[in-house]
Amino acid sequence: MNHHPTIKPSTDARTAAQSHFRTLRLGTPFQPRIDALGLKQDWYSWAGYRAPHSLWDEELEYFAIRSQAALFDISPMTKYRIEGPDAEAYLDRVTLRDVTKLKPGRVHYTAWCDDEGFVLDDGTLFRLSPTRFRLCSQERHLPWLLDSAFRYDVTVEEETEAVAGLALQGPTSFAILRDAGFAGVERLKVFDLAEFAHDGATVTISRTGFTGDLGYELFVPADKALSLWDRLMTAGELRGIRAIGYTALNRARLEAGLIVANADFTTSEHAIRTDHLRMPDEIGLGFMIDPDKGHFNGRRAILEARARKKLRHVLVGLEIEGNIPAEHAIVYYRKSQEVGLVSAAMWSPMAKRNIALASLQRPYGDTIVDDLWVEIYAMRELQYQKLMKKAKAVPRPFIKLDRRTANLPADF
Amino acid sequence: MKAWDAIVIGGGHNGLVNACYLQRAGLDVLVLEKNDWIGGAATSRELTPGFLYSNCSYVCSLFRPEIMRDLELPRFGLQVISYEGGAVFTRDGDYLANYRDHDAHRREFARFSKRDAEAYDRYSRDVTRQCRFIQPLLMRTAPDPTSFRPRDLGELLYLGKKFAGLSAEEMALTLRFWTMSISDFLDEYFETDVIKANFALSGIIGTALGPMSPGTAYVLLHHYMGEVDGSVGAWGYARGGMGAVTKALAASFKASGGTIRTGAEVDHVLIRNGNAKGVVLAGGEEIYGKLVISNADVKRTFLKLVEEKELPDIFLRRVRNFKIRGSSGKVNIALDSLPEFPALPKDSPVYRADMHFTDSIERMERAYDDWKAGRWSADPFLDMMIPTTLDPTTAPPGKHFMSCFVQYAPPKLDGRDWTDADRDGFAESVISQIAQYSPGFRDRIVHMEVRTPREIEAEVGLTEGNIFQGELTFDQLLFNRPVPGYAQYRSPVGGLYMCGSSTHPGGGVMGAPGRNAAAEILRDLAKPTLHMSPAHDVI
Repeated sequence: MNHHPTIKPSTDARTAAQSHFRTLRLGTPFQPRIDALGLKQDWYSWAGYRAPHSLWDEELEYFAIRSQAALFDISPMTKYRIEGPDAEAYLDRVTLRDVTKLKPGRVHYTAWCDDEGFVLDDGTLFRLSPTRFRLCSQERHLPWLLDSAFRYDVTVEEETEAVAGLALQGPTSFAILRDAGFAGVERLKVFDLAEFAHDGATVTISRTGFTGDLGYELFVPADKALSLWDRLMTAGELRGIRAIGYTALNRARLEAGLIVANADFTTSEHAIRTDHLRMPDEIGLGFMIDPDKGHFNGRRAILEARARKKLRHVLVGLEIEGNIPAEHAIVYYRKSQEVGLVSAAMWSPMAKRNIALASLQRPYGDTIVDDLWVEIYAMRELQYQKLMKKAKAVPRPFIKLDRRTANLPADF
Repeated sequence: MKAWDAIVIGGGHNGLVNACYLQRAGLDVLVLEKNDWIGGAATSRELTPGFLYSNCSYVCSLFRPEIMRDLELPRFGLQVISYEGGAVFTRDGDYLANYRDHDAHRREFARFSKRDAEAYDRYSRDVTRQCRFIQPLLMRTAPDPTSFRPRDLGELLYLGKKFAGLSAEEMALTLRFWTMSISDFLDEYFETDVIKANFALSGIIGTALGPMSPGTAYVLLHHYMGEVDGSVGAWGYARGGMGAVTKALAASFKASGGTIRTGAEVDHVLIRNGNAKGVVLAGGEEIYGKLVISNADVKRTFLKLVEEKELPDIFLRRVRNFKIRGSSGKVNIALDSLPEFPALPKDSPVYRADMHFTDSIERMERAYDDWKAGRWSADPFLDMMIPTTLDPTTAPPGKHFMSCFVQYAPPKLDGRDWTDADRDGFAESVISQIAQYSPGFRDRIVHMEVRTPREIEAEVGLTEGNIFQGELTFDQLLFNRPVPGYAQYRSPVGGLYMCGSSTHPGGGVMGAPGRNAAAEILRDLAKPTLHMSPAHDVI
């Protein structure tokens, strides 16, 4: 009466990959170098990778970005390779910005939405050739990208582990790349990318970054990661290159007014509470929407929300009096009516101002920008110092550095 | 002769929860249990020296933390330990594991499908949204939609408001969730057989339906809305076996002055002029009580313990038609050492988790086909675990207790009763499946207890051995559970109440039916319910 199926031996790579359970936090391709520099052993999990909060001193790491050059491992970022004759049309349909205007050798910052117009994620789109793209993001989207590819002649492949990434950011970053022998890197304008030879392979260098500073991002096959690291470190030795952790980078990005998915807004596939869903206009990404470009995912819902004035939130930059960071403080109107929450805040060393990003309920932050207050709970020796500080909605970025966009970039 | 304030028929977890709340409200309560031990289907007994068998329910998640706290169960020895996830063994000698770590979980799924690995977040978001909708309903009496009493209107309004609070998309999903098959539901997220099989298990457990039967998606939800100490969806072991739950309840009950009589089988409820006056035991002894509360399922209560003439025809017909079909059995095994599974690395956490061998929905559905034909499944689906890997109290050191929940097993075989030979054949179908994946397994067996629906009904009293006291399909939920018009724990007989899993919100070792019934009884007595915590907030 028993009819059990026969068990056939398995031999493939799938079985070989079983052992991942022994390493809950994977190393990136750069891990041997980072481990050697991680004097603080201060790790966090970035998408399951062991990533440093800080390597030796978070404050000095921050100043490496602003004064010298900082090397930051971005390998855990999710990467998709999108290729095919229809890749442009496909991405134009999936993402908000007009991809037909993105020329080969260019990068743009974009976002993509579900059919209800809620933001699934933001990220950068690299056009490597007329038919080949790389999409980088915080969260993972393979089912969405594959389902959207229906009827397009395009392949979508997840390549997070195969491709290692580095951000080289700071005033001396250009000089380091030049000294490392990447001839022609001086021709890269902001959001340009080009391919360069490295160690028998190719490294893609783009003039992009997450710091608001002069900087570059480098993508290389995982097995060439260490030689790339060493090449940069050697070239940068006399120009103050330092490896850094996320805390320093996070400060720089906040000064640059850049948002982080699932820190400054909740992505649609993670929003269990539906009132936390956000449309692009509600997180400061309305500029990406091009109603004239033809259909894209979420277009109908977004345009309807605009027409019916159903946008409920707005993400703003705040300048707050005093110097106490207002992280996760509640924002009030006239000191009494709760109108929003600060998602990131710091004292900006570059702007010498107390800055923050906050999500507010419209019309506050939108048409009503005066008489806003934040309630800061500053824990001092097991006691909250409660401060009610005046806040002012200000345009982002909080700092603007000429060197970020200068052509050609200077040595420092 | 003494008349108790309340007599509870059946010392299962819901009977005891009910009795505890009533006793704490100042009533003088007697619990009658037909077996010589308490616990009903939440029990652990030493069936062979040194091994404590949790021979019915075997894992804990649904038991409401509000009840544990109200009844001070930790003080009376209850400890629930989370466990590690689980795995499905595949026929090609591999396995698919569920790890608690989010990224390990994704990497594991990516071994089979990168796409499905990245589909998990959306799946998990949607399931969580539905659980959050249902969770607050568990600890509330379902409204009677035909009643115009303010309370029913209020509860209906609450339900309506909760529903209206959903977005259009969520509303559609809710209705689909409550009616569709688990197989169809999973198809919307995943493409890989073994990954779908992995999730589908929760949709058919204890249910006489296949993964392709409509209504099974809800059963999955029912298994997700539990928690272990705030970790929603997590499952754990009660330290000392599932009997520890009812042991703690009994101790709490006795500490507040309650009385339990074991070996006291109720023959029928004593009814005078349409009102319950007590019970008559199998030996003829009469025990009087002002109220009688039955922890037995609705069929056993009204078709065996109450005379037909006391009940309205429509009620009787609905009770007869209540779906409470036997679909599962159990094989409980004492092992002299930890079994080895060549497919599993020796240091895999899966040894401490639940293990399954059914790697496709197709196989589950075929197993269900056997049930429909009146046979036990030739290729059964097992929910197997070795709790002694985390709970050292239930077997001697180095030895292990293994619990195998087995599906499907029909209440009757080809229309006839189970025989001992059938039971042995059923056990063999289980052992031979395990042995396929674990060479030498048979040699490790020290002792084994096999329970088909026949044994479960005979010992625990669950009609047809149905573990939920009635299917968890939408037609038998909320104000339709167990029958329309009687979903508020009362019955057509005055003073006779129901508190078992046949009532809202249904089965699993949850305790909510027992607690909600106590709330209704105390309301009828106009007694305060201050000792009863409201449901924890879902924020």
